[in-house]
Amino acid sequence: MTTLVALVVAMLYGIGVYMILQRSLIRIVLGLSLLSHGANLLLLTSGGSAGVAAFIGRFTGDDKVVDPVPQAFVLTAIVISFAMTAFCLALAYRSWRLTGNDDVAQDEEDVRLAEMIATRNGKP
Amino acid sequence: MNVLIILPVILPILAAAISTLLKASRTSQRVLSILAVTGSLVASIILLFEVKQQGPVVSAVGGWVAPFGIALVADMFSALILVVSLVTVLSVLVFSFGSRRNDEMWQFHPAFLVLTAGVSLAFLTGDLFNLFVSFEVALVASYVLITLGSRAEQIRNGITYVVINIVISIFFLTGIAFIYAAFGTVNFADLSLKLGSAEESLRIALALLFLVIFGAKAAMFPVFSWLPDSYPVARAPIVAVFAGLLTKMGVYSLIRVESTVFLGGGIGTIVLVLAGFTMVVGVLGAIAQNDVKRILSFHIVSQIGYMLIGLGLFTTAGLAASVMFIIHQIPVKTSLFLVSGAIEESAGTTALDHVGGLRKRLPFLALMFGLAAASIAGLPPFSGFIGKLSIVEAGLSAQSYAIIAVSLIVSVLTLFSMAKIWSGTFWGEFETAQPGDVLVRTGHRTMMGATGMLVAVTIAIAVFAGPIYALCEEAAADLIDPTRYIAAVMGK
Repeated sequence: MTTLVALVVAMLYGIGVYMILQRSLIRIVLGLSLLSHGANLLLLTSGGSAGVAAFIGRFTGDDKVVDPVPQAFVLTAIVISFAMTAFCLALAYRSWRLTGNDDVAQDEEDVRLAEMIATRNGKP
Repeated sequence: MNVLIILPVILPILAAAISTLLKASRTSQRVLSILAVTGSLVASIILLFEVKQQGPVVSAVGGWVAPFGIALVADMFSALILVVSLVTVLSVLVFSFGSRRNDEMWQFHPAFLVLTAGVSLAFLTGDLFNLFVSFEVALVASYVLITLGSRAEQIRNGITYVVINIVISIFFLTGIAFIYAAFGTVNFADLSLKLGSAEESLRIALALLFLVIFGAKAAMFPVFSWLPDSYPVARAPIVAVFAGLLTKMGVYSLIRVESTVFLGGGIGTIVLVLAGFTMVVGVLGAIAQNDVKRILSFHIVSQIGYMLIGLGLFTTAGLAASVMFIIHQIPVKTSLFLVSGAIEESAGTTALDHVGGLRKRLPFLALMFGLAAASIAGLPPFSGFIGKLSIVEAGLSAQSYAIIAVSLIVSVLTLFSMAKIWSGTFWGEFETAQPGDVLVRTGHRTMMGATGMLVAVTIAIAVFAGPIYALCEEAAADLIDPTRYIAAVMGK
């Protein structure tokens, strides 16, 4: 079970990183949410393997009880990543309203440097 | 349960909620913000005296004792930085009242208060996951502040800032998962005990992971380029509070985690090398720029390097020097950004090519810039000189001559780029973006008063350097040997 979860976490991180490296903002936002799902799943597995829920009265002395602390962490983290995703989508929408596309804009300094190098190479 | 320790977090958060309801009235929002920040400041000053008398003050939130519940801990290191930060926050708030257009949007005050609460919580928490939450609280407020107004350039550079910070936060969460999987706790004191008996390789690996996480938050080399790219687009009071507090949160967490939890972690040499590169690359970037805000943004990066030297040396003198340097840096950096804000308000721009000769029209502003610039460049007898002197002494006694040589060269280059701002904006022929644009308006006195107050704080740090350095040494002693901290938290 843990191996399967580890594989899923690895896949989520891999796809997430790939998506973040794209130009389109919406893909970056999707990549970020995949990455945070990966992190949440990793956090959940950090409490050990599955077991009975840790409610008083739900388990007897012999039962293997699951650690509730990582679950509390994950709940907090999910709320935070939900808010961040909403904010990023708002930013992407605003960017689309302003520029008509949702690409990440070129860095002005990079453009200036590229032009400088091009003119220098063009006229030796 | 100590009430004092929770006030600097609770007051701004409550005020932020009420401030949202008061969005129709700017005056009541202002009064509320001032009250909340002043209240937090008074609480933190009393807290500092309490820590001085009886050692680390601990409060178990909700009555759940450590290591199970969330502990809020104020030791000398956190109390000192908290007081300096809140003084800085207060003067930025006053500055924003005089600043044209700044708080015309009602979202400014709630977001500013949430940022204050997040920063206070980061300094007071004794728990790794709670530290993550406090970073998120501060960052989400900073996302709102940096894109407030949503002009095209703010959106463009704001996206860089938001995405890089979310990625680092996910790394942070990953680090917490690894820590919890290995040790089953996230309480600093408990972790410190358990890591003491852990395998050396595991400790170094985790220490390096957190070096990357907090290093990126603090804009340490090589993950620094997001900072000079995104900070200059925000309005002056906002970028001033970012410059003073946000990167310092990263440095604080780095020092706290690497010393209290990882006990040095055996990564000293790596930290020193990175600190050297951070200083050099930052200052070279600053020299190449042609705009006051961009020069100052690169200086934030450069000065982070100085703060890391103490951590790299990992001696009591080194850490005391780092704490001293952070205390000096928070008000100085913020006051420089406030000056740049006043330049922008008066001359319409901060591009060096388009401003000039402000010395004659705005002599007080020129004086404030001169004092703060001399301090950041480390000229005696200002606070920067004392900070740098203590770093040099610590480096010499630890026989790390290379890093000291680098820091002294960077110091000269810092002075050079400050001179560049001085000659570009204050000296020479009078010049502004639009001819005749220097306006001494009603808000000007408020802005000058706030800047003057902050500059006075930096001078006070220089005047009372002796007693303050004694407090820094006390803080460093607890960082090197966290026995007192652990005993206070674990209740033994």
